[in-house]
Amino acid sequence: MAFWARQISIWCSSVKTSNVANSIQQLRRTHRTWMQLHELSVLSLLCTDNQFFQRGLKTYQSVSLGSRLQSTNSSNGQIVSSENNLLSPVNHYQQQAEVIPSSDTETLYEVWEDTPPSSALEEISEEEAVQIVAEPPLPLGSFTLRDYVDRSETLSKLVLLGVDLSKVEKRPHAGQLLLRLDFEKDVRKRLLFLKDVGVEDHQLGPFLTQNPYILAVDMEALETRVAYLKSKKFGKEAVAQMVSRAPFLLSFSVERLDNRLGFFQKELGLSVQKTRDLVVRLPRLLTGSLEPIKENWQMCQVELGFRRNEIQQIVTKIPKILTANKRKLTETFDYLHNVMGIPHHILTNFPQVFNSKLLRVKERHMFLTFLGRAQYDPAQPSYISLDKLVSMPDEVFCTEVAKASVKDFEKFLKTL
Amino acid sequence: MAARRAARTGLNGLFAVYKPPGVASIRVRDTVETLLLKELNSLEQPAVQQQVRFLPTTVEGNAGKELTLTVTQLPVLAAHPLVRGPEFTHLKIGAGHRLDTKSSGVFVLGVGHGSKLLTDMYNAHLTRAYTVRGLFGKATDDFSDTGRLIEKTTFDHVTRDKLERILAVIQGTNHKALLMYSNIDLKTQEAYELAVEGLIRPMEKTPPLITAIRCLQFAPPEFQLEIQCLHETQQYLRKIVHEIGLELKSTSVCTQVRRIRDGFFTLDNALLRTHWNLQNIRNSIQDSKSKVKVGLQRSLSCQARSGKRHTDMDQVAESKLHSTEGMSASDLTHKMR
Repeated sequence: MAFWARQISIWCSSVKTSNVANSIQQLRRTHRTWMQLHELSVLSLLCTDNQFFQRGLKTYQSVSLGSRLQSTNSSNGQIVSSENNLLSPVNHYQQQAEVIPSSDTETLYEVWEDTPPSSALEEISEEEAVQIVAEPPLPLGSFTLRDYVDRSETLSKLVLLGVDLSKVEKRPHAGQLLLRLDFEKDVRKRLLFLKDVGVEDHQLGPFLTQNPYILAVDMEALETRVAYLKSKKFGKEAVAQMVSRAPFLLSFSVERLDNRLGFFQKELGLSVQKTRDLVVRLPRLLTGSLEPIKENWQMCQVELGFRRNEIQQIVTKIPKILTANKRKLTETFDYLHNVMGIPHHILTNFPQVFNSKLLRVKERHMFLTFLGRAQYDPAQPSYISLDKLVSMPDEVFCTEVAKASVKDFEKFLKTL
Repeated sequence: MAARRAARTGLNGLFAVYKPPGVASIRVRDTVETLLLKELNSLEQPAVQQQVRFLPTTVEGNAGKELTLTVTQLPVLAAHPLVRGPEFTHLKIGAGHRLDTKSSGVFVLGVGHGSKLLTDMYNAHLTRAYTVRGLFGKATDDFSDTGRLIEKTTFDHVTRDKLERILAVIQGTNHKALLMYSNIDLKTQEAYELAVEGLIRPMEKTPPLITAIRCLQFAPPEFQLEIQCLHETQQYLRKIVHEIGLELKSTSVCTQVRRIRDGFFTLDNALLRTHWNLQNIRNSIQDSKSKVKVGLQRSLSCQARSGKRHTDMDQVAESKLHSTEGMSASDLTHKMR
């Protein structure tokens, strides 16, 4: 706004010599043109397509614009550059305001002559008056969606739905995408579709926070993907669970999904039903990278020394082991196997220990050793199962497994 | 808003946590920060502000449909927590004297303005107490039990008496060095007063100094020492254990270094890993507030006195400093031979 005021004052001084009525008229005209230009630039933000903006500004280039604006043409669609570019016209205006002598402004007006002139003293109808927006204009470019949320119907509805815009705007291209959407036309259809698939109301917000791109995916493609999943004998509940737990699932093409399902069946050597169960329990496997999964599988076999059928058992019980951090997994295994002396077949029966933190296992094992209760062999008396060791909260663990008070446990922890 | 501000003001000061072994101290700091941020951001959100907007609407007037502006109150969505993002994204948390990854024990953290108190605490040069476990019969390259084995020795000849004799020698040489570094003339009334208060200690950076050392437990091959010291690192303490082994015509490695006191924070004040939450930390800060204040004041008054002393005895101090120049930590322990 400050820039506008400055601009107008400069023109004011430039036309001081001409008669007053004329100058008012011209001022009003320039004001209108500015408004239009401004809307143009906002529009160009919304559709990233700089050519539109370019057309609006073409008249300018003959006057003073530098080469920078022209370079925007080449980098259409790239987020960072386009945002920079969107900001750049402001600089040009400012340069222009400083440079242009009064004779140049005359040519400027001539160029803008195609907008119909209207007088400041001209009466306007009520209807027209109502439609004049008296709010501050939207910024030309912005790094957040905050500036637009109050004025965009789509954005405000998405917020009320529970979409975390502060997270969405950090994803590449997501901000532009949401701004370009029309709620009634684009968003509503897909929301209803997601609801049909089985995503619950309270899950919609987090779902769209994670995958806002689904709002731009073709409806037909979405339907074929769901149909594909159903053709692979996933039940309705299963599909609903998979889609809501792995929001990116429906952004994958049918071929890709098919490849990935094939991978699990072939590489892991699981039966059809087991693959299905695995994928339903952890649909993240389908949307994530396959490389770490391969590596984890190899590591279990080569480094940890599990047999193939043992790993299959573990994976069906805790699929998370396939996406776990390799270093943490080896550390936990090293402690369990080499320090606590637990053989592979017991670990296969209680794979839950791999889900818990190493520090927790360590602390509890040491406490039990201190009490003389660390006995993990099921064949001998006073046996403590690994499941009990890790899954209980501290209080229950102390009273039921260690048979000691929580205070004693805490005191013991401070001697470690 | 008020609740959050109160929450934030509650977080100004020092508190101690118990660092478990095997975790880097920077990780401990980061974990505490993450937990605090999570809890602060999950506190009750303030109600979204309302704004007045004039919206064009069509009204059935006497002349058919009419377009007018109506006053409506709408929430300001730009201030909505889902648009604005979490209110707290980072907290200022500073760490006191560090503990290396292998060691455990009392670890002081400062939140908010507490970070300044950490500087004061550093300048107060307070002593810290450790318990150190050793194991005879081995020597490793980094003096700890996880390092690469260098040699194995017998330790049948080591008795508690011999160990305690060595400890007494260490304490003696270190005490001498302590007096030297604290720049004080022992034959003055002032020195007497300071000694009564137990405040004789150097007020600037010195090599590590052991002010007290004793044997807690002796059961070969294991033994446990309690060490009170100044300006130490955990690796220095491991080295001490190594050198004790050598002095006893054997070798030893250090299996545990555990800090039981850091300045005025003791083991009882330290919060366990499971207790790191907003409420506990706030209580801990409140509890330690008076203790920190008294402790720092005491040492500052001592510092002021020593500053005065410094100007009085500039020359004496300087000549003494010259004589100790180039004397490193290992020299101190080797001198006892």
